[in-house]
Amino acid sequence: MASPIRWRSPLRGPWLTSVLGSVLLVSMPIVIVTGLLSYVAYGEQARPADVGWLHLPTFDWPTDPSWLFRLTQGLHVGLGLVLMPVVLAKLWSVIPRLFVFPPARSVAQALERLTLLMLVGGLLFEIVTGVLNIQYDYVFGFSFYTAHYYGAWVFVVGFVSHVALKLPTMVRSLRSGSLREELRTRRADTTPEPIDPEDPDSLVPTDPDAPTMSRRGLFALVGGGSLLTFALTAGQTIGGPTRQLALLLPRGLDSGDGPNDFPVNKTADAAAVDAASTGSSWRLSLEAGDTTVTLDREQLLDLAQHTAVLPIACVEGWSTTQTWTGVRLRDLAAQVGLAEPTGAYVESLQEKGAFKAADLNAGQVTHDDALLALQVNGVDLSLDHGFPARIIVPAMPGVLNTKWVASIRFEGA
Amino acid sequence: MASTTGTRWSRAYGASGWHLVLMLASLALVGYVVATVGLDALWDPDVWWQSMAVWFVGAVVLHDLVLFPVYALADRLLARRRAGSTARVPLVNHVRVPTLAAALTFLLFFPGILRRGGDTYANATGLDQDQDPFLVRWLLLVLAAYLLSATLYAVRSVRARRRPRAATDLPGSP
Repeated sequence: MASPIRWRSPLRGPWLTSVLGSVLLVSMPIVIVTGLLSYVAYGEQARPADVGWLHLPTFDWPTDPSWLFRLTQGLHVGLGLVLMPVVLAKLWSVIPRLFVFPPARSVAQALERLTLLMLVGGLLFEIVTGVLNIQYDYVFGFSFYTAHYYGAWVFVVGFVSHVALKLPTMVRSLRSGSLREELRTRRADTTPEPIDPEDPDSLVPTDPDAPTMSRRGLFALVGGGSLLTFALTAGQTIGGPTRQLALLLPRGLDSGDGPNDFPVNKTADAAAVDAASTGSSWRLSLEAGDTTVTLDREQLLDLAQHTAVLPIACVEGWSTTQTWTGVRLRDLAAQVGLAEPTGAYVESLQEKGAFKAADLNAGQVTHDDALLALQVNGVDLSLDHGFPARIIVPAMPGVLNTKWVASIRFEGA
Repeated sequence: MASTTGTRWSRAYGASGWHLVLMLASLALVGYVVATVGLDALWDPDVWWQSMAVWFVGAVVLHDLVLFPVYALADRLLARRRAGSTARVPLVNHVRVPTLAAALTFLLFFPGILRRGGDTYANATGLDQDQDPFLVRWLLLVLAAYLLSATLYAVRSVRARRRPRAATDLPGSP
């Protein structure tokens, strides 16, 4: 290959790149689709709001199974992190191509370089913004939602065109070697891949060093990196005793043993909600058409109470399952004369912020376990968890489960 | 006739016609994405380095022209040491593996380790603890990785010394 650099690793070659590529070919679509599903799950609250044609077909986000968003978003964040070693190894395996001179010998190659910039730039941009977001480091200054959403589309375009171009090469290269054979080959017996005389840009080095690692050693290294990442992140989604394994993530920290000691995504302090506005003067306003009913907390507690064990799952990938008790949303709709509500608009006492209100779809209002929760794990909600009352609906993205509810306007005939 | 046209075309362009269609379709789609985001959102004239466009290109530059050269050079220095060594068990991977584990965990979790986030972190989590535990935990994790690797190296070295020299895995053997 025409390159000013001498590439030394005897492991590089189309077969190795194709093995790493095939792992990403299978797993990346899961990260992409779960990410786009998250946009659908946010419904009316999806950000950025107007994305033209750049979204999946929209549908009412379901309420069954209750762990649906926990699964999709846990996969999106978790798999995204776990794949980082594979991505880095894949980039390492093809990096000689970056330094080829001249950079392009034809118009076709120049255009292909541009699409590779979409692919690699999009991927790295998504990793960087995602990693910073789940740890609340907003050093980038711009809107995370806008950046991560549109960055994803640039990546998707680069990914699809790269797969369309390289799939035949990948299949051919995979056939040129045997994974089973390679997994039996020790370092001392590891040889470079055969050089294809037809391919002037072959990844196989012309003058390699002796191997310091076998290919199975490299696979073990990459797989081990992914396994380590899994061990250090999965706990924030799976919860229970595994949570403390998420040693280096905020949601792996010990919140305590009390009934209200589980993670929040926003404190009352941050929402500027205080004890005065949530004290005895607090009233819940229920509305439908021209009807308005106002209830205080005692009156809510006198209504039929229902208990449900439901997860609350954050877009950041973490989740926590708790036992919630409160009034069914459809019972509240009945208070204002609506037997069959088709939706609801919930507003919080919180005055500022993107998620101070939320639109609920028909399923989210009428589900048996869709609650205005007053208690959690048998005690009153703490102020940080939304006292005096909060929404909890199965499978709804965490942040849409409005805390410190001030009013609910039901829709329907 | 058709094949002559095809050959002439591919010589001029460098690939088949459908390659060009795919490239143009990709560029058109990304053009649509850029138009939908709006140039205002991509570029912040007040703080240039907080622009999406800068971060997009910056991510590539940081990986390709900083991260890769740094780790390649570090590995080169490590591998060169090995060339003069006569040890029966090569040390190189016993340094590589824990170093990579340290680098990977730092890349993934540096905001917590370096106590970044500040108010945003406190507002979001409301945890009594701040980010203090992360640095110590990470250092312990890295220490454990190096210790484990060193222990394995010691065990392998002892076992190799007990075996006759010919049976060991010498570099350069066929």
